[in-house]
Parts: sequence; structure tokens; C-alpha cells
Amino acid sequence: MTVVSRGFRGRRAADVDPARVPPGQYVTRDFPVLSAGPTPHASLDAWDFSIVGELDEPRVWTWEEFRALPSEEITRDIHCVTKWSKLDTVWRGVSVDTLLEGIETSAQYVTQYSDGGYTTNLPLDDVTGGKAWVVLAYDGQPLEPEHGGPARMLVPHHYFWKSAKWVRGLRLQSTDEPGFWETNGYHNYGDPWQEQRYAGD
Amino acid sequence: MAGTALRGRLSWQLAELVEAVAETPRVKTIIFNVPSWPGHRAGQHVDVRLTAEDGYQAERSYSIASATDGTRVALTVQRLDDGEVSPYLTDELQPGDKIELRGPIGGYFVWEPSEDGPLMLVAAGSGIVPLMAMIRTRAAADDDTETRLLYSSRSQDDVIYRHELKRLSGNGLTVVHALTASQPPGWTGYARRVDAEMLAEVAPPPAERPRFYACGPTPFVEAVAESLVQLGHDPLAIKTERFGPTGH
Repeated sequence: MTVVSRGFRGRRAADVDPARVPPGQYVTRDFPVLSAGPTPHASLDAWDFSIVGELDEPRVWTWEEFRALPSEEITRDIHCVTKWSKLDTVWRGVSVDTLLEGIETSAQYVTQYSDGGYTTNLPLDDVTGGKAWVVLAYDGQPLEPEHGGPARMLVPHHYFWKSAKWVRGLRLQSTDEPGFWETNGYHNYGDPWQEQRYAGD
Repeated sequence: MAGTALRGRLSWQLAELVEAVAETPRVKTIIFNVPSWPGHRAGQHVDVRLTAEDGYQAERSYSIASATDGTRVALTVQRLDDGEVSPYLTDELQPGDKIELRGPIGGYFVWEPSEDGPLMLVAAGSGIVPLMAMIRTRAAADDDTETRLLYSSRSQDDVIYRHELKRLSGNGLTVVHALTASQPPGWTGYARRVDAEMLAEVAPPPAERPRFYACGPTPFVEAVAESLVQLGHDPLAIKTERFGPTGH
């Protein structure tokens, strides 16, 4: 049941295609910051990126090695569970497909893990097939720490908490393990087009 | 650290405005009656949904300002001149009007009186709202947890809940104001932005393992959290909530 709010007209963005805005979202031109605690500041000398869990041999890249991987420019719309969407954001990063190349795994799930202890979970199929990247740059500039630098995940077909900031690795898992927000009342899958914001949605 | 997962879908509920209270020239508290409200924890928020006659809808999130009090739920809303939803809530909505709301939401930026350790709250502007829910919850439970609030406002007239904060002080609650832009005659308190030196003076020392909740605009929260880490506080004891420029 929907109730009309007396006197509310709303402000429809004239220059935005409504088909690009998931239900309950509004388009912003800013880039708000959301995180649950202090911003970690990683030293690039000590930084590495790992694939661990259900595979024969863990993979590890140093910062220099990671930067030498083939990267691509990615332009996508992003959607934060706090209601803002930002269209046509431009990133540069390494496809998760590249990172997983040649890996054999029976894992069905993946956990992204980060400096500061943050984790978030997804089915492995949701980060493969050209759907997810580890990005090092936003809008042509190295990623700032408050936006997740030096490296963050980009999984734009999910709410943006499924794109971990300060990401340090992927854990391949045979079982699904709810991450930080997923154990704090948020939806386990987080599809913005289904408006899966909170547990039970 | 894991919170309690919510069970079942949070459905939209009708909320009737029963009272609106001006807090400052730009900030209003709007108090709703929500008949099936299940109660909430201090620090949680709600989603608000408005619907225009042609079916167009807008949703926003707002922190809950009140302690659990039956079916009454108070939100405190800062009017953003170019906002789509906040001017409606502060200027248009009248007692008796109904909006849709769902919640309570969030299991991380929450506090309950049973938690150990001194409580250190750091707020700027309308970032006080979820922290006020903690102060009110503490008072309602007659809890004497040592609690300090460091609250940054532009001027005395911009201090939200000024009189209530004064009234609730004591019984373990200390309120320290920082007025950044202008101060009333005779002001002897802080007259600058919150910085590391101020946090060292006001916050309990790291050895007492205080629990921190910081809320305000992003640059404020970034600076506070970074200062606290530099002062030797445990990063995992610092919970933050940030209002982006378009957050509300």
C-alpha cells in the first residue's frame, strides 16, 4: 500500500534516464564517503594482494607486480545502499578474471577482505565473467585513501558495500560466509535492482 | 562485534506526525507515532519514503534521535536548501500527516547500556542525532556509564538539544562544546575545530579502553578518527558514521 504524501512533488532529475536509477535511489554528482571506522593508510612497500582459500597454491602479488598486470578502463553506474547512485563513474583496474586465470577451484563463494578487518561475501559467479575488478584509479587519479586507496574492489551490479575498500585479497570458499554489513542487518546478496537493502528484503 | 541479524522483511509502515519541534533555525525534530514500532537500539536509523500524486517516490535515511519509547519515534532533520526530502519534512509536514517509514535499521553503529568501558561521543552539527539517542537511552535506563560528549557546532544558536544536554549532564555525563565560528560573550570553552589536542584533553586515555562513536560530515569524521588512532586508541573501538554532502 502506498500513501500519497500531501504536498510532496519531488524533484525529478530532468537529465537522468530513470531506467538507470534503481528503486529508492537518487542520483548524486558528489562522491559521498561511507565507512564504519578509521581510514587505514597502507604502506605500498608492505602492500600485497592475495588469492587464498580453496585453491592449490595461494597467489600473491606485490604492489609493483599488481600494477604490472593488464588493466582496463571501466565506466559504470554505482549504487550505495544509503540511497545515492552515481552514474558513469570511471575507474582503472584489473579484472578479477585476470587474477583467477588458470586457477582451478571448487569454491562457490568468495570473501573480499581488507585492511582494517572489513569483509564482504558474494557468490563467485558474481565476480567473474567481466563483472568485477580490483581498481587502483578513479577518474584518472590514484585512488584516495578515503575512497579505498590504494586498491578497492568494484562490483558495480551490487550495492556498493559489496565493493570492499582497502582490499587486500579474495578468499575462495566452498561455503557462504556473511561479511561485515551482512552480519549487521544488511542483505546477504544486495542487488540494487531488487532493492535488497536489508536482511529479509 | 557481530550484530544481530534482522529477521523477516522490514515492511513500510505508516507513521503519523504528532509533533514538530524547532531545534535551531535549520533543524527540526519531528516526532511520529508508528503503531507497530518494535523498538530500536540507540544509533539505528530509519528509511523514509515520500510519494507524490503521480506515483513518484523519494527515499532517504535518517538517524533516530529518541530512546525507545513505545510507538513514538523522533527524527531530527537538518533542512538542506537544495534538498529534495528534508525541506518537505521540516517545512511542509504537519501534525496529522502520514508518511511511510521502515526500520529500525543497522546493527553496527549502535550502543546499549550493558556495554563495558567509558563512552566517548564526538559529533559535529547534525551528527549529534544518533549520539543523542545513546545519551537519551542511557538516561532512560538510569545508566551511569561514564560518558563524554565532545560536540562541535558553528555557534551557540546552532547547538542542537542544547538545553536537554545541559539538563542531562551529571550522573557520569560530561558535555563539552566546541564553537567554531562564533562564541557568545564570556565563552571560556573551545573556540576552534576539534583537533588531536582537544581529543587528548577530553577523551579518556587509551588505557581505559573507551568506546568511540563519531558522527558528522566526512572531513570531520576522517580527522577525528585519524587523530584518535594517532593518540593510541584501538581502531576497532572507533565506530564512525559520516554524512556526505548529499547524505540527507
